[in-house]
Amino acid sequence: MSFQKNIMIVGVGGQGTLLASRILGEVLLSQGYDVKVSEVHGMSQRGGSVVTYVKYGSAVASPIIDKGEADVILAFEQLEAVRWLPYLKLGGKLITNTQRMNPMPVITGVAEYPEDLLALLEGAGVDLLTLDALALAEQAGSVKAVNVVLLGALARQMEFGEEIWQDAVSRTVKPQFAAMNRRAFEMGYRGQSVAAN
Amino acid sequence: MSKALLLGNEAAARGLYEAGCRFASSYPGTPSTEITEEAAKFEEIECEWAPNEKVALEAALGASIAGARSFCGMKHVGLNVAADPLFTASYTGVNAGLVIAVADDPGMHSSQNEQDSRHYARAAKILMLEPADSAECRDFMKLGFLLSEQFDTPVLLRLSTRVSHSRSLVEPEQRVSAEEKPYRKDSGKYVMMPAMAQKRHVLVEQRIEAQRTWANSAGINRAEYHSKKIGVICAGINYQYAKEALRENASYLKLGCVYPLPDALLKEFCAQCGEVFVAEDLDDYIEQHCRALGLRVHGKDRLPLVGELSQSLLRKAILGEALPAKALEVPIPGRPPVLCPGCPHRGLFFALKKRKVFVSGDIGCYTLGALAPLQMMDTCICMGASVSALHGRNKANPQNAKNSVAVIGDSTFMHSGITGLINIAYNKSNSVVVILDNSITGMTGHQQNPTTGLTIKGDPTAAVSLEKVCEAVGISRVTVVDPYDLQATEDALREALAAEKPSVIISRRPCVLLKYVKTKPALVADASACTGCKQCMRIGCPALSFQGNKAAIDAAQCVGCGVCAQLCRFSAIKGGLAQ
Repeated sequence: MSFQKNIMIVGVGGQGTLLASRILGEVLLSQGYDVKVSEVHGMSQRGGSVVTYVKYGSAVASPIIDKGEADVILAFEQLEAVRWLPYLKLGGKLITNTQRMNPMPVITGVAEYPEDLLALLEGAGVDLLTLDALALAEQAGSVKAVNVVLLGALARQMEFGEEIWQDAVSRTVKPQFAAMNRRAFEMGYRGQSVAAN
Repeated sequence: MSKALLLGNEAAARGLYEAGCRFASSYPGTPSTEITEEAAKFEEIECEWAPNEKVALEAALGASIAGARSFCGMKHVGLNVAADPLFTASYTGVNAGLVIAVADDPGMHSSQNEQDSRHYARAAKILMLEPADSAECRDFMKLGFLLSEQFDTPVLLRLSTRVSHSRSLVEPEQRVSAEEKPYRKDSGKYVMMPAMAQKRHVLVEQRIEAQRTWANSAGINRAEYHSKKIGVICAGINYQYAKEALRENASYLKLGCVYPLPDALLKEFCAQCGEVFVAEDLDDYIEQHCRALGLRVHGKDRLPLVGELSQSLLRKAILGEALPAKALEVPIPGRPPVLCPGCPHRGLFFALKKRKVFVSGDIGCYTLGALAPLQMMDTCICMGASVSALHGRNKANPQNAKNSVAVIGDSTFMHSGITGLINIAYNKSNSVVVILDNSITGMTGHQQNPTTGLTIKGDPTAAVSLEKVCEAVGISRVTVVDPYDLQATEDALREALAAEKPSVIISRRPCVLLKYVKTKPALVADASACTGCKQCMRIGCPALSFQGNKAAIDAAQCVGCGVCAQLCRFSAIKGGLAQ
């Protein structure tokens, strides 16, 4: 029986979605799966809405994920969680950062950032997990580690052990940031602040 | 060696290494850039960024004729620039193998048009391969060199955004040692003037016939039979979409070579299958060929000519099925890409907005200046067109010169802006050209160019002086401004527009994302001084927002450029260069 899981990582250009997808890809590769990761480069990166597709299983064909196909969506920002919701499979899981980032139409005042998105998601019966990854990243030592905190939250929902993930994190980030990123990962994994050691 | 998860472009670069390629010359362009960037990491390959795709292809052809396996990579529109050498390289053929990668962008993720490069293969009569994943990017690159030498032809490798920018598994192999092939003088082959070219054209037609025979038996064109009720003819990424949508409920004719097409295989497959669909992005290239063969196929009667295909589009078109999906009933504001906080282009565009000028635009990060709230671009056509089209505008009515400018980046100016500037000087239009010199090729992800003084490998080299080039082609009025200084930038524009001669303004400040650029501490908005006039919001900086009725600055995003502070008449924004 063929097996396949589809994970989408969505956010805002500059939030580090690419690094998160790369670490995820490395973990899946180390577990012996067929893996495909699809990235966005160029024009769309500059503060725009960005999406990365990660698919794994016995044999993956298409590298992209379409509407109704994602088993999990990991959203780095609330509005992006809602924007990409139609891509979630019925019964799929949505993990979202509670952080809000105003897009340019909101900054210039031609559009409004919708209120109560998390409550609306819950009301719509979405299987939802939320966390304040920005606060956790700050506690871990850098707001830039938001991506690794969120990766930790995703990892908790998957079947591999924590050490496999932590190894991949250590291999992927620069050595001088390894300890901070490991701490950030652990906070995301446990969903709470962890003391520095 | 163990399997690695490589981008299609990285795998193509791996293919260059393993094939014994010794020279690569390219111009960056999404989604092709990483091929040459990654190839530059192999010491064995002499790599370079050329000023444009035409120069790159000519350099690669020269190296091939000299006897080294050579490569040239570009995006789809780059092949328009390189089309001149391409068509004649088809006649000369090669000495050592020559592979030309061209990356199409269906859906226009990062491009100004959606042209289909397969037409070039047929028009120039050059064999074209199309890989479907990273492993094939590597394999087809290597095969390309073999076919190039076997058939004495350049070979085109057609990529697309989804193949170039997807990672999949590749098992690395050893590099083969491709020996230098001795150059033999052969004017009948390499000097393309009428008497010689007439004879070469006959050989080109014979070569295509030989390739047609090869294509029918080549392993890269293969039929996979499952259920024969539905048959899908496909190549590249569309093979993956079709497999994902239909699995074993259909049979597939997977084409690795899209020019020339294998007529016998197409006929055989259509005879075996009930209903046959051609799944191809963009034009009905394979479909038309099938129809010319008298084959009954579905194609663009069910699938769009516009945008990229996907598994769900194929599922819908072929099976009539769609997956259920949920959406919230709330209006979701768009999130278009924006100029970065601290981007040096922002100050320049703000100054242009104040002058209310017509802006002849070009290709690069600064094309984002066309979007709200700056919206300071009237045209954007192709690389270099800002300069040449401004000249045309000012010739159409010399009064236009008083309120029109061209904006072009340093790399784009090197690519094909210089020739337009020569035309301005030579044919005497009072045009004002602004070169946005941010000391890097920005949009494609920071590549060096002839103005930066560094090679692709980061080695110091000669740097083109923009000032001297402009003067040398006949522009006597050249000024340099710092676009962080709004007043100086406005003054430079006003004076240039008033001058009775052509002018170049070099708006010079390095891209804020460059590693060597030291940014300043974030600015602070003083709520007690802020009157809520929103003047600062006019520059469209993502670090600025309004909270309640006061300006606020996001310390995580602000790099202290100080441009917003210059707009505040109440000194409510503190810190940065303005202090």
